[in-house]
Amino acid sequence: MNAVKTKDKLKEIVKTLRVDVVKSLAEAGSGHLGASLGLADVFAVLYFHIMRHDPQNPGWEERDRLILSIGHVAPVYYAALARSGYFSVEELKTLRKLGSRLQGHPGRDHGLPGIELSAGSLGQGLSVAVGMALAAKLDRRSWRVYSIHGDGEMQEGSVWEAAMSAAHHKLDNLTALIDRNFVQIDGETSRVMEIEPLKEKWEAFGWKVFQCDGNDTEALIETYSKARAVAGQPSVIIARTKMGKGVKTIEDDYRWHGKAPSPEEAEDFIKQIEDENV
Amino acid sequence: MKMYKNKGDKPTKTGFGAGVLAAAHQNGNVLGIGADITASVGMNLFADTFPGRFISLGIAEQNCIGVAAGLALSGKVPVFSTYGVFAALRTADQIRISVCYNNVHVIIGGAHAGISVGADGATHQALEDIAVMRVMPNMTVVSPCDATQAEILTEKAILGLSGPVYIRFGREAVPDFTDEQQETEIGKGQELKQGKDVSILATGHMVWEALEAAEMLSAQNISARVINIHTIKPIDEDIICKAAEETGAIVTAEEHQIFGGFGSAVAEVVVRNRPVPVEFVGMADTFGESGKPEELMGKYGLKAKDIAAAAKRAIGRK
Repeated sequence: MNAVKTKDKLKEIVKTLRVDVVKSLAEAGSGHLGASLGLADVFAVLYFHIMRHDPQNPGWEERDRLILSIGHVAPVYYAALARSGYFSVEELKTLRKLGSRLQGHPGRDHGLPGIELSAGSLGQGLSVAVGMALAAKLDRRSWRVYSIHGDGEMQEGSVWEAAMSAAHHKLDNLTALIDRNFVQIDGETSRVMEIEPLKEKWEAFGWKVFQCDGNDTEALIETYSKARAVAGQPSVIIARTKMGKGVKTIEDDYRWHGKAPSPEEAEDFIKQIEDENV
Repeated sequence: MKMYKNKGDKPTKTGFGAGVLAAAHQNGNVLGIGADITASVGMNLFADTFPGRFISLGIAEQNCIGVAAGLALSGKVPVFSTYGVFAALRTADQIRISVCYNNVHVIIGGAHAGISVGADGATHQALEDIAVMRVMPNMTVVSPCDATQAEILTEKAILGLSGPVYIRFGREAVPDFTDEQQETEIGKGQELKQGKDVSILATGHMVWEALEAAEMLSAQNISARVINIHTIKPIDEDIICKAAEETGAIVTAEEHQIFGGFGSAVAEVVVRNRPVPVEFVGMADTFGESGKPEELMGKYGLKAKDIAAAAKRAIGRK
């Protein structure tokens, strides 16, 4: 699909995704709000600017693959897919309901178009992304793999098995992104289990590391473009985001990691998102 | 008179390796994934023949499973083999979500299955893998009885199936006795010997022991049917129901824990359809230990004489 060129248009999409997230979570009555809001910029940039994909042909062989390792941010993933045209925006209202194609964590068996991987158990997505990138290399194909991870997820040992293997096999067609919001369910990441020095860890594992503001679409576009140009090694973007971004009253509040807004709160949150000057 | 002749002792892992190679010659998408112990788990033939299709990932089994899922989602047919204790148990969550929930065609080889691994001891004897693999939705569980059958079933599983597969095999050289010409289909049990007093249903290495047990029983005028169940999931319900109906007593035999494994799978079919006495031969909720395979099979009650004794108990409960 055609990349969205204008900066303003992209920022409008980010707002739309955030509003979709709040609405679908309020309708569902449960789900993970904080990181879904925090990652809206990343999803907008990937689906509307960076990735080659075709919503009319989800199985297009030459498409870039997005592997969402943190399945709990499904609401923003679904919003990005719907707004890209994979299915109707109306369907976002069915999130987490019986019989819905929009499972609490993405499940391919329910037939939602655009989903590359059923995932939700942390620490598995990078391995799958490595497998896909290897397949592209073996077949000399030009499609790329983009994966999205949480900072708390870095505590899973299997992430580092996968990291080692991606560098060993020189997978420069793989770009991971770590949602660095410094919080997880129990509180601050540094208190639950320190993951720093994160940049040095990834460098030591043989990756090219970029850092940027994950709530700045222009910075993300620039960083993804640099990552795409890396040769001979995989790349990772440590993207600093705010959990709950766009809703000032809940930004960086870890209590909103796994919570849904009430209808009244949702109304207030949507207003805050729409009023935000970006 | 012996109905089945041992063509010569051979480890089932060599059959697995030959089956992978045969499938790889026919399908260029078949890939091998290695976790360091390539020769010891039967993958060396493939790795030597197709070095460009063999992906070494080191001692990192969880990653191996995830990478296999990613390859399968991209149209490849990955075969990952390591010791069953790691292949099925260390990686259970990766198998559950990345492989089974995504329902991708990943072939997992569980080597060193059973207590016949011997001297390495309890840590390396896979005795819980059937239970954990068969409970996973979408998974097919294959447990060939000898090298000939391991080759046939491995090739069929790789080329003929479309979802996740776990293939279990051993390290010890054991009797290689099945006939290549015999019909061998995934999901279909095989009646190896007719009988009317009791049915012995066995899987893996225990099938040969079951045949020996049937001979012992025959000398005591007990007519034992012997059935090889090489596919534990989906299990051949028809052959089990028929055995229960016609012989009225069943013995299961496996080199695995009796809880949750092959015997349990058979019992599930029996109690639902045609309840008859069932006796279980297997590891009785205990870990193994070091020793020679023969010594261990004897100590833990996995020999032909133990099956014969269980058959008499089952008949006694009719």
